[in-house]
Amino acid sequence: MAAAAEKLTRRDFVSGQDVRWCPGCGDYSILANVQRVMPELGVPRENIVFISGIGCSSRFPYYMNTYGFHTIHGRAPAFATGAKVANPDLSMWIVTGDGDGLSIGGNHLLHVIRRNLDCQILLFNNRVYGLTKGQYSPTSERGMRTKSSPQGAIDHPIDPISFALGCGATFVARGIDVDAPHMQDVLRRAHAHKGTSFIEILQNCPVFNDGAWGELEDRKTRAETALVLEHGKPLVYGSPGRMKGIVLDQGVPSIIELADADDPVERGVVVHDETHETTSYAYALATLKRPEFPMPVGIIRQVEKPTYESMLEDQVEEAIQKRGPGDLEALLNSGDTWQVS
Amino acid sequence: MSADAKEILQLDDVAIRFAGDSGDGMQLTGTKFTDETALAGNDLSTYPDFPAEIRAPAGTMAGVSGYQIHFSSHDIHTPADRVDLLIAFNPAALRANVDDMRSQGMVIINSDAFTSKAMARAGYDEDPRPGLGDRYKLVEVPLTTLNREALQGLSLTQREIDRCKNFFALGLLCWLYSRPMEATERWLSTKFSGDVLEANLRTLKAGFAFGETTELFPAHYVVPSAKIEAGTYRNITGNTALAWGIVAAGVQMNRPVYLGAYPITPASDVLHEVARHRNFGVKTFQAEDEIAAASSTIGAAFAGHLAVTISSGPGFILKQEALGLAVMVELPLVVINVQRSGPATGSPTKTEQGDLLAALYGRHSQSPLPVLAPSTPSDCFSTVLEAFRIAVRFMTPVVVLSEGYLANSAEPWKIPDVSELERSEIVFAKAEDAATFEPYRRDPDILARPWAIPGTPGLEHRIGGLTKEDVTGNVVYGPENHQRMVDLRAEKIARIADEIPAIAVEGPDSGPLLVVGWGGTLGSITAAVEAARAAGHTVSQIHLRHLNPLPADLGDVLGRFERVLCPELNEGQLAMMLRSRYLLNVRSFSKITGQPFKVWEIRERIEAILKEEP
Ligand code: SF4
Repeated sequence: MAAAAEKLTRRDFVSGQDVRWCPGCGDYSILANVQRVMPELGVPRENIVFISGIGCSSRFPYYMNTYGFHTIHGRAPAFATGAKVANPDLSMWIVTGDGDGLSIGGNHLLHVIRRNLDCQILLFNNRVYGLTKGQYSPTSERGMRTKSSPQGAIDHPIDPISFALGCGATFVARGIDVDAPHMQDVLRRAHAHKGTSFIEILQNCPVFNDGAWGELEDRKTRAETALVLEHGKPLVYGSPGRMKGIVLDQGVPSIIELADADDPVERGVVVHDETHETTSYAYALATLKRPEFPMPVGIIRQVEKPTYESMLEDQVEEAIQKRGPGDLEALLNSGDTWQVS
Repeated sequence: MSADAKEILQLDDVAIRFAGDSGDGMQLTGTKFTDETALAGNDLSTYPDFPAEIRAPAGTMAGVSGYQIHFSSHDIHTPADRVDLLIAFNPAALRANVDDMRSQGMVIINSDAFTSKAMARAGYDEDPRPGLGDRYKLVEVPLTTLNREALQGLSLTQREIDRCKNFFALGLLCWLYSRPMEATERWLSTKFSGDVLEANLRTLKAGFAFGETTELFPAHYVVPSAKIEAGTYRNITGNTALAWGIVAAGVQMNRPVYLGAYPITPASDVLHEVARHRNFGVKTFQAEDEIAAASSTIGAAFAGHLAVTISSGPGFILKQEALGLAVMVELPLVVINVQRSGPATGSPTKTEQGDLLAALYGRHSQSPLPVLAPSTPSDCFSTVLEAFRIAVRFMTPVVVLSEGYLANSAEPWKIPDVSELERSEIVFAKAEDAATFEPYRRDPDILARPWAIPGTPGLEHRIGGLTKEDVTGNVVYGPENHQRMVDLRAEKIARIADEIPAIAVEGPDSGPLLVVGWGGTLGSITAAVEAARAAGHTVSQIHLRHLNPLPADLGDVLGRFERVLCPELNEGQLAMMLRSRYLLNVRSFSKITGQPFKVWEIRERIEAILKEEP
């Protein structure tokens, strides 16, 4: 059909459904960024699928003019696995949140990542339950007071990046809802990666957890609080005159002050390498948390591993090569049979 | 005494049971004897009964594994109520099984295993053998010793040698019932090589020769072949038939198959079997859990595959939320539940029909879907094919309720002619129709919505669990639309009844008693009805494959009888449905012991009910 050849624009990806997030919700900017990146990917619109679970973020597929499936709570990775295995040509996008992905759906998130299904997982992390009206989530800070934790949450929070690394993720990144150019970059890279691309998107929920990522979202403080990762570049942040760098001593990170004239590399600042085979470096980055450290944003890790669906296709192919295409007549008559006349 | 001197007696009908420790290879021995029996042309029915533990403590009652085979020169329907010959490999096997013997039946025991320690382990206070002679023909065979003698000189360990003794016993029984052994020999040579192969072959033949020469058995038997319909036959278990039905669906509907499953007894064998046939283009996915198995299956259906998931009771229940979504989004898939005893873990290897109401009503809200149940091991094949046909035609998930009993039991199956199996091409929504496409625009007759799969240009659309608008599928919450969508989904399933064939009543079309069954009880009910008729009673029988929707003429049929009896391996779930639907006094006959019905149990109930007021 002509659709593939036509030059698509952002508007081609806007579905007719009214968007029903609260005013000021970070989800709006994420949606806009995704819709903006889509036409650049060179994928025919009919091959793009968005699959989500349940929660505010999971309304996402309704707003994308692609194929979409709003499923059940926490299980989007499993639905996506079936669809992708059935049709490996699909560009598969999973949209989830900190509750959907890391609480009820933790098991499926683990397994889709370890299998390295070729897909993009966008985990909107607002550190609270939105749709059920404000209970603490698995990424909420300890002590957070909500309706279900009037004396403060006593759960230790989970870090999505560390979780993904622990599952053996081949692509791990972090973006900020309102930082459009950066997030679009990350989305493009995620799409280009063959395998599971896990992206934690820091997202503001102005209704139930306003300002959870305030200093990273605010342009005035972002330079001091976000560590923008670039492959082959030193881990530096701050603004001119107040530059800082990250050094690792036996794997333990610390901050050094840099003079403008300093060569950060000579000063021992770590040069970012996405492609480390071992995950220890990526873990070290994942431990950088506010307020002691800046939070890394960008691509933390990107390595190559065979994808699940391609290995399954290979096995089917191998079975056909070895045994010939299936013959039902032969199957039903295999083994011991006997004639009755 | 020479072999020729032994008398050969003809029997029409024999039931034997192999019993030993779960490590003794009873299931294998039974299966091989079954293969030989099939090749000898008998009708047969088998019933494997084994413990859930992989290696229960040796020598204990808990560890006893049994395999029963009933074979005959005429048509048979069940593995038989009573056993004519029991071969017990140890005291526990004797104790666990001897009560199922026919009086004056033959008990062969491995006398080497009857040490005082082993008898104590089995819970015998004193040696049971002296007491057995009155009721049974007791034959003591030192199986362990004879097997060791036969295998002298082979470079195998004592343990390896002792593990072959089941084949000595198999050889002996092949002699006793005049079975050919070629199939077993062939199977052994594909399975083993070297000394292990040599050992098994040698002891098999030694067992046969022992029968010929020993004076313990003055006679042996022939069971003439049964008069069955001409054709090519094979043995098949319910689980294999399910697996082949899944593979066949892909061939007959010309579409790749996707099977998502999580291992669970007694359904795992279906996953194993389908996984062996990836050369059919079948994709199998071992999911991380039952929920993912169901969810991935729905995902594969969304993407256009013939999708199926399989499980057993506890796993089936975990799939229910996903199934509710499949009902809501109206995607075609097949969900197989090989039912087992419950609740909770229950007895995983024991049979039951306890999930009928769960399949029909176990999801939240109004969530109708078709439910089918196979009635014999081989019927599993055609039931799965029909389930796929309904799923795709009506765009709905379909539940198939098999049972542990069907899963592992074998019966001879007349292999269908593939060219005569129904073929159907799937019609997907097409790109050309993009201008008029709406995801919930229904076929006016059968109310199915279109199957529009990703990759089709111009049909991009969103589906999901939220209440949706008729025709467009847009998310709306209006009360009238909600009622309409609930009604449409129910009506769509109800209309499937228009395509269910009319009920064929077995026996008179009306009369004093109709026995209604469903699922794997067909054999027991049929045998009981036949026995009651032979005793002069007037009894009719129907057996339901379609549990939802029920056949359109069911109410009429039930109404023509003075009494209706419904035997089930649950507490009367179908009986409850029939009563509420048709306002009839359906009498339930319920049994939940983890075992199939005995023929006499149903027969007695038939005779008792015939004496009651209508
Ligand atoms: S509750 Fe929070 S996360 Fe949900 S839509 Fe409203 S602002 Fe966004």
